[in-house]
Order: sequence, then C-alpha cells, then structure tokens
Amino acid sequence: MSDSTGHAGHAMDEVHEHIVPVSTYVAIFVSLLLLTALTTGMAWVDMGRWNLVVALAIAVCKALLVVLFFMHVKYNKGLSRIALVAALFWLGLLITFTLSDELTRHWEIYPRGWAGAILPMFRHLIF
Amino acid sequence: MSEAATVHDANPTGFAHQFEDLEQQREAGRLGMWVFLATEVLFFGGMFAAYTVYRSLHPVAFDIGSHLLDVRFGATNTAVLICSSLTMALAIRSAQAGKKKGTIIWWLVLTIILGALFLFLKFRFEWYHDYLEHTIPGVGFHNLPQWGANAPQVQMFMCFYFFMTGLHALHMIVGIGVLAVLTGMAGRGKFTSQYFAPLEISGLYWHFVDIIWIFLFPLLYLAGGRYPH
Repeated sequence: MSDSTGHAGHAMDEVHEHIVPVSTYVAIFVSLLLLTALTTGMAWVDMGRWNLVVALAIAVCKALLVVLFFMHVKYNKGLSRIALVAALFWLGLLITFTLSDELTRHWEIYPRGWAGAILPMFRHLIF
Repeated sequence: MSEAATVHDANPTGFAHQFEDLEQQREAGRLGMWVFLATEVLFFGGMFAAYTVYRSLHPVAFDIGSHLLDVRFGATNTAVLICSSLTMALAIRSAQAGKKKGTIIWWLVLTIILGALFLFLKFRFEWYHDYLEHTIPGVGFHNLPQWGANAPQVQMFMCFYFFMTGLHALHMIVGIGVLAVLTGMAGRGKFTSQYFAPLEISGLYWHFVDIIWIFLFPLLYLAGGRYPH
C-alpha cells in the first residue's frame, strides 16, 4: 500500500504539462474563421483551375493550425508524431497510386449513375 | 489483495499501476488515439480518393452538383465546428490549469451544443431540403432536365455528398456521445490538473472530425467556383 501511494506521489511530481495560453487558442480560432471567410470568398473569384489549388492550400493551412495547436502536436514531441506522419504517408500512397492508375488509362466503361455502377457487377451472379 | 484494489480504486489521480508515471500513462493513451486516428484518415481517405478520381473524370457534373448545395450553410457549419474545437480545447485547458469542475462542465456542454447545432443545420435545412427536392440517393432520385447528359454523374456527386457528409455526421454523433460521458465524469470530479487524459484524447478525436469538415467544405460546397460562368 505504501508502495502504491508512494508510486502515485512520485508520478504526480513527474507531470509537467505545457499549458497553452488562452490567447494562443483564441488567435488560432480567429485565424481559422478568417481562413474560412477567405476560402468562401475566393470561390467568387475566377482563377480557372487555380480555384481548386487555392481552396485546398487554405484547407491544408487550416488543418495544420488545428493539428499543431488544438491537437498539441507542436508541444508533444513523441510517438504520436510518428502516427501522424504514417497516416499522411499512407493517405499519400492511397491517392497517388489510385490516380496514377486512373489517369494513365482510358477506361471505356465507367459507372453511369449510382445504380448503374453497382448492379452490373452482380449480373453474372443472378443470370 | 482486496485492500490493494480498494486503494487503487480510491486513487484520485487516475494513475494505473502498470505505468512508470502519469506522463508515460498519458503518452500511451495519446499514442493509442493517434493510431486510431491514422486508421480514420484512411477510412475517410478511401472516399476522398474516390471523389478525386470521379471529379477528375467528370468535372462539369461535379460543378453542377456542387451548385445544388447552399454555400451559406456549409460556411456557417464550418464556423460552428471551429467554435466547437475552441470550446473543446478550453475544456481540456481548464482541467490542466486545475479550474473548478463547473468550468470544465461549462466548456463541455458548450461543445455539445455547438456539435448539436451543426447536426441540426445539416439535417433540418440541408438534407431535408434535398429530400424535398428528390436529390437524395435512393427511391425517387430525380434527374433535372437542365443537367442534360451529365445527369448520371450529377447523381454520382450527390452520392459522394451524402456518403461523405453522412459518415462525418456519424462521427459527430459518436463525438457528442463521448462528450456526454466526459461531462458526467467531470460532474463526478474525475478530472484534476494531474489527470485529464480522457478529455485530452477525446479532444484529439473531436478536432480530427473538425479537420475532415475543413476539407469537405471546399471540395463539396465550392467545387467549380461560384463566379458566373
């Protein structure tokens, strides 16, 4: 019992968590709202194919702000960063290899409507 | 044995004996949540990859489909979710800073209210409107004459819209459930400046759901721009 409480007492001394100031959270919050207004406003500006690039760039900036400050990745230097990098790496693999396949072939037959996409796949099972 | 168990149950710090210290315990919890979120990234990633492929194949149809959505609700809901991320962060911070349990409960309840407001706006005004307009996948899914030859692919866009926002809404509902449990734990005085790991890892989940919406908003609501063509 004394060991248990001693251990817990020892544990209490060990915790030295970085507490993010409220002003930082509010600054991030205001930046996120401004970026939302910016990305909405940019939709009314004709930039051709760059509209998509700008919209995604703003979304990446917003996601970075959330990950670094709200999700504390800026302050936590640990294994969680590896999990984050691994997630993004596999997401990159998923999208890159899907697109490298799709964009380098010219499919003759692709789904024409949502029901048309699913039903023909099972036709040989039924008939 | 029973005495030791009692001591452990009464342990106000929430410290589990298999860990070296509370810091290691929190690090383990955090890592577990980040690994879960990595699987969630790939879960949503499949939909984002499929969306990318079909948008590259049918840009005009996705443009038409996107114009069926109301940017005002999309933008408002983005702001609502960002507000809820702030209140979630402040809930965790008030536990870290050793604030009274009333303060933690206040921020958690505010987060729940904002999450519910998001779902209310989405279901009551957006999905219900689409239901009346028959632009919901399922029986009575209509093609409008002005879509012309693009009609099947516009329907495809609406499927992406409903499955992506639907999966996101499902995550919001789960998140609100988690927040309700946390509010109960806060009410029982579970959280201290030493022990707030459940708040922290639930916060990671809540912010992740926010990030998904940050990408859904421009991809679904702003596709093709809103300038006159």
